[in-house]
Amino acid sequence: MPTRSDNYAATATARSGFTGVDIPSYDFITNCMHCGLCLPVCPTFALTGLEKSSPRGRIRLIKAVADGDLEITQGFVDEMNFCLDCQACETACPAGVKYGSLVEAARSQIYKQGRVSWLEKILKRFFFENVFLSKKRLSFLAKLLRFYQRTGMESLLVKSGLIDLIIPKLGKLQHLSPRIDKAFFDESFPEIIRPAGATKHRVAFLSGCIMNVAFAEINSDTVEVLTHNGCEVIVPRLQECCGSLQAHNGDFESARTLARRNIDVFSRYEFEAIVMNSAGCGAFMKEYAHYLADDPQYAEKAKFLSSKIKDLTEFLLSIDFAKPSRPLTVRVAYHDACHLAHAQHITSEPRAILGSIPGVELVELAEAGWCCGSAGIYNIVRYDDSMKLLERKMENIKKTNAEIIVANNPGCLAQMRYGCALHHFGGEVIHLATLLKRAYAQ
Amino acid sequence: MINPTVLRKISQIAGENNYRDSQEDRISYSYDGTPLLHSLPDAIVIPQTKEQISEILSLANEEHFAIVPRGSGSGLSGGSVPVENSIVLLMSHWNKILEIDTENLTALVEPGVITADVHAAVEKLGLFYPPDPGSMNICTIGGNVAENAGGLRGLKYGVTKNYVMGLETVLPNGEIIFSGGKVVKDVAGYNLKDFFVGSEGTLGLFTKILLKLVPKPETSKTMLAYFQTRNDAAEAVSAIIAAHIVPATIEFLDQTTIKCVEDYAHLGLPTSIESLLLIEVDGRSVVVEEDAAKVAELCKQHRCIEIIVAQTESEALRLKTARRSAFSALARVRPTTILEDVTVPRSEIATMLDRIDSIAKSYNVMFGIFGHAGDGNLHPTCLTDERDKDEIHRAESAFEAIFSESIKLGGTITGEHGTGLSKKKFLTAVAGIPAVEMMKSIKSSIDPQGVLNPGKIFSIKPKCEGSLPRSKDQIKKFEELGAWT
Repeated sequence: MPTRSDNYAATATARSGFTGVDIPSYDFITNCMHCGLCLPVCPTFALTGLEKSSPRGRIRLIKAVADGDLEITQGFVDEMNFCLDCQACETACPAGVKYGSLVEAARSQIYKQGRVSWLEKILKRFFFENVFLSKKRLSFLAKLLRFYQRTGMESLLVKSGLIDLIIPKLGKLQHLSPRIDKAFFDESFPEIIRPAGATKHRVAFLSGCIMNVAFAEINSDTVEVLTHNGCEVIVPRLQECCGSLQAHNGDFESARTLARRNIDVFSRYEFEAIVMNSAGCGAFMKEYAHYLADDPQYAEKAKFLSSKIKDLTEFLLSIDFAKPSRPLTVRVAYHDACHLAHAQHITSEPRAILGSIPGVELVELAEAGWCCGSAGIYNIVRYDDSMKLLERKMENIKKTNAEIIVANNPGCLAQMRYGCALHHFGGEVIHLATLLKRAYAQ
Repeated sequence: MINPTVLRKISQIAGENNYRDSQEDRISYSYDGTPLLHSLPDAIVIPQTKEQISEILSLANEEHFAIVPRGSGSGLSGGSVPVENSIVLLMSHWNKILEIDTENLTALVEPGVITADVHAAVEKLGLFYPPDPGSMNICTIGGNVAENAGGLRGLKYGVTKNYVMGLETVLPNGEIIFSGGKVVKDVAGYNLKDFFVGSEGTLGLFTKILLKLVPKPETSKTMLAYFQTRNDAAEAVSAIIAAHIVPATIEFLDQTTIKCVEDYAHLGLPTSIESLLLIEVDGRSVVVEEDAAKVAELCKQHRCIEIIVAQTESEALRLKTARRSAFSALARVRPTTILEDVTVPRSEIATMLDRIDSIAKSYNVMFGIFGHAGDGNLHPTCLTDERDKDEIHRAESAFEAIFSESIKLGGTITGEHGTGLSKKKFLTAVAGIPAVEMMKSIKSSIDPQGVLNPGKIFSIKPKCEGSLPRSKDQIKKFEELGAWT
């Protein structure tokens, strides 16, 4: 992660196009030996075949800006935005280059230097600095959306075609927008959920922002799996959005604000681990330590909190979770969410859990670690590119003939459910927690 | 800089969509996989047909600009690094496997096909394309042919040159020729296709490549042998060859590399040993069993501390990880990793390793050595930081010394990466002046204007018309072009 100390270790020239703090680390840039082993795994390079759309090419562009050989041009901004930040390149890189950190820092520079379109500026200011930084406003907006979706307003606009008059393509995009649940997760669950039997573990749980309002069922399935395994689950009422969306889209300051708030909230409780069921959020909270490394007040606390973050799958394996007793006969394919496989290096744990459910036939999905195209809000702001990636993912999914696709990230779930509808595939896309809950319930 | 009117003409030939000269594009095509080298091209062209390539080459001769061919840009000697007044001709979009002929055992491919994709396609049909460079997931067949790439399987199966049966080539003057074919034997005229192999983009540009295939080996067995001393390992290698066993590969790691691999991959490798060998035998299962047993026996006879023979596919993969992660492990130790590929006769491996070690000590730079022990192709890898100018100088001097030692032992400066830019100055020492002069005269006759990848492998002395250069600046210009090397 870019920090002030990295700046001093760098030999970036005075001509650097990057300013202030949070600049791409020159140490990381120098680590790249431009061998090209990242090219075959990069989804955007696969789309264009152009070097600048590869991690190696983007690192070189970032280096050029840092050396003063290139200004932050529209072409540079386009390439930084074209990147999915899936970090498949980090997994492939022999030299361990922290590419994700570089592209995120570049985006932060772009945002801070105001090199975004006026529309993007307004939307980001509104959502990142306004809505997501206030639980009240977020909740209000979700309720509005819930009203719009559930009272027939939406279907009226869509069926009549009027929706495309508001913004062209909005008719398509609205399929990708979260379906707000009838009841939010935090509206239906208390702060402390106790297991039926003895309490063997005490854990905290991040209910999330999107997960809370649009995937409440997954949260309740997760809690059920945890309580089934003797966990007392604490869902701190005052927790906030984890901040990953902001950080990945250039707004480090809002992300840090949310991180500090979450650190304050969670530190009031005692627990073994903070269990995460969203790959993106889990990956980001593990990085709190890096984002706040230069904050004298929060550096230690952030390190402590980050060390407690456990993805549901790694937590379950660590406590030798209860294997379902009765078989659940179903053919399952597993999709590696980018922020689980590449950002957290968690690939064997989910497969081990799936393999231990009796009756489950786990088929290997080709290119399981290839991004589905969701990538946060990428599928909304770069719809066409996102759909090309989704097509590739659906081609691979179809070949498995699976009845169930498991994906442990809300973005991936929404994207692939959309993909199944678009590409006429009858399989069901669910979270591993949901499948496990069904197995337990047999 | 190439004249803008000329650039416009180039853009017209290729089509606007296939011509790129934005700052971002030029920067992203200014390098390949070679450390420290980079130079901006004036434009990047993505030709769609061989006729377009031919037209562009004709134009290059008329307007005196250079063409630098590029596949994936993963080369390690600077072959795809642009030169002054050059355009990059990007061939990576030419990535179709045109035909696999299972009767004649050939595969016809476009130059931009990724090597690993050829492996996958032919192995599905029970066939085999042996050359397996370490970069096979990204490197292209066109690049492999231009550099005569090797790989781990070189010991038993040979290198790219042994598998090129035909080449469709656009010559520097724009003419298109096809040399070779599906015939197994052909001695009509000079053997042009073999001459193009390894010419590093200086004599012709490939548009179609006909590869030879062999039947896929029935099975294979992988072994990892630990040796306390390097000499023991080297003697074991000699013994295996003397016993007339030809493993598919014999790879070795030195102590520094073993330590780095253990740090990185935690495979349980002993870090106090000087050397380990990864050996793979392949072929018919009966023969593989016999060979594997004999190899294990020979290793034990040469004081190997332990030999692990993989019993399953997944075990074999685990053992191979030790060798496959060598480069990654070394690359993580310091920011800049400079890899070379000196090659000596097999009998001189132990001596060469000792010499590299003492050179590393005397120049105070860190080296890890791994490589293809079976065919003498070593990869001394310098771990350094390009921001430390002094250390880079010492590293360069160390490599110069290593190349000298290699030549003294009857070896060469490059076994598979090519001469390109990075080893130009050592060519005369290895090949001798008359041979290099002959190379230059061949280049001059095939490419009189010097349009294809000029300055790679060697530099042609510039013709001097008018008065001799007198001032320092004038002389400097010619010096940089290599007039006095």
